[in-house]
Amino acid sequence: MDANTLVVENLKVNYGNVQALKGISFSVPKGKIVSLIGANGAGKTTTLRAISGNCPSNGNVSFHGHSISNKQSYQLVGEGLIHCPEGRGIFPNLTVMENLQLGIVGRHSAKEHFQKNLQIGFELFPRLKERISQAAGTLSGGEQQMLAIARALIGEPELLLLDEPSLGLAPQVVKLIFEIVVKINKEKGVTVLLVEQNAKQALKISDYAYVLETGTISLEGKGSELLDNEDVKKIYLGEH
Amino acid sequence: MNEFIQHTINGLALGSIYALVALGYTMVFGVLQLINFAHGDIFMVGSFIGLYFIRFAIPNAEPSIFTAIMVLIAAMVGSAIVGVIIEKFAYRPLRKAPRINILITAIGVSLLLEYGGQLVFGASPQFFPDILPRKLIDIGGDIILDSNQLTIFVMSFVLMQILSFLVFKTQFGRSMRAISHSLETANLIGINVNKVILITFIIGSALAGAAGVLYGVAYPKIDPLLGLLPGLKAFIAAVLGGIGNITGAVIGAIILGLSETYVAGYISSTYRDALAFVILIIVLLVRPGGLLGSKKIEKV
Ligand SMILES: Nc1ncnc2c1ncn2[C@@H]1O[C@H](COP(=O)(O)OP(=O)(O)O)[C@@H](O)[C@H]1O
Ligand SMILES: [Mg+2]
Repeated sequence: MDANTLVVENLKVNYGNVQALKGISFSVPKGKIVSLIGANGAGKTTTLRAISGNCPSNGNVSFHGHSISNKQSYQLVGEGLIHCPEGRGIFPNLTVMENLQLGIVGRHSAKEHFQKNLQIGFELFPRLKERISQAAGTLSGGEQQMLAIARALIGEPELLLLDEPSLGLAPQVVKLIFEIVVKINKEKGVTVLLVEQNAKQALKISDYAYVLETGTISLEGKGSELLDNEDVKKIYLGEH
Repeated sequence: MNEFIQHTINGLALGSIYALVALGYTMVFGVLQLINFAHGDIFMVGSFIGLYFIRFAIPNAEPSIFTAIMVLIAAMVGSAIVGVIIEKFAYRPLRKAPRINILITAIGVSLLLEYGGQLVFGASPQFFPDILPRKLIDIGGDIILDSNQLTIFVMSFVLMQILSFLVFKTQFGRSMRAISHSLETANLIGINVNKVILITFIIGSALAGAAGVLYGVAYPKIDPLLGLLPGLKAFIAAVLGGIGNITGAVIGAIILGLSETYVAGYISSTYRDALAFVILIIVLLVRPGGLLGSKKIEKV
């Protein structure tokens, strides 16, 4: 039963008077892909930020069975809980290589594997290798997203928090990114908590999923079940 | 032409002192978006630490490169400690406060150092002794090279090379530049932001301390309000180069040092101190982001 990498209990976040998360609970089993889908403003990013120690919250979050509610972001990265931010959170003023080097900044255990993990990143995203000394800001949107994921992988995540990797990308690139997420999970054994507005793609690759609606979880189930759910179809998949 | 070469050498020496100070302004602005008004006063503190170190620690030392390096190191370490104290006790508690609060605090720290300095060091100017064997070298054609100017230039250059290595080749430097783009994202991906900010203050203050000593070498009369004008000019140099931009700070400082010396040499030394402000006004009107800076305009 101790197979949960992440357990979130009654998580609440307030921004001033606005309650962005109203006490949500969910868990992410080891080795699985779990996704959190929901409309813009539902509180998906807030959830990830609260888990990774980047916004004050109430409730309890445990990672590998230990409470991490009071830990700082850099300490969690050190333990393998790595957050790949929304909107291509890369540093455009640094080169591609420098961005990748920051992948081990808080993660001492990954330091000696840097070269190996760099090669793994290049295998997944060959386009990065050709652009290694370019400023990251000169990359296309898709390439920036690839860089953000590659940087996260260089830190050898045990749990990867992935915030809307498909946001604003061309359909071809979206397809590639989702394939990579599956690969990371299946081949590298990385547990993934995926946040997406692109519900269809996310549900297709998820073992389990939660639907977040203005700060509460309204629905949950296996990815395939939610794909067939009438409400989900109507609201999130644009089918009638 | 000979006169021109002479002015150029003097201008480069002055410019490199400005550069050492400007680097601290620009680095701190990069990580905190703060104009650290106390930075010019750390430069003053560095100068006094150098002076007291000579007086009390090595009273019998002969002027030599070795003496100069010892004094430089003492001033750098002392200034770095002052920088750390300021960061930890004055700025860090305000990290989440509105920007204006920390700006006002910086002004307060600046006044504290200036008037605290008068209390501790006395208000009247003190003589900064020779730490280098000074030679006037006639290199022909009426050009007299002051060895002090040369040493100032070389020492600043070496310090800037070390800084450039730290900023562009180490994990600290990458982290610092990452924070200057987005503190939030830097935090998110696991950079220990407070630690990097602290190291930034250490380096910036150490460079200012070194500049204080070199200033004492060039203009051997120092007092607790010493930091005001050079501090302001170094700040203008940083703005000219594009505040937040490290290469820009050095370029801005060299331009300012050279143009001040030319104006003093060819026009009149009464205009020298006004020049920096003229440059500031022109930059703000024509290119508010500075020479190498972004186009983004910040209101303080
Ligand atoms: N820093 C903030 N300050 C105030 N309100 C915020 C902040 N960040 C997010 N919010 C609000 O919290 C809610 C959830 O936002 P977010 O977690 O970003 O949603 P999502 O990622 O699902 O689009 C939104 O109503 C948003 O406006
Ligand atoms: Mg979001």
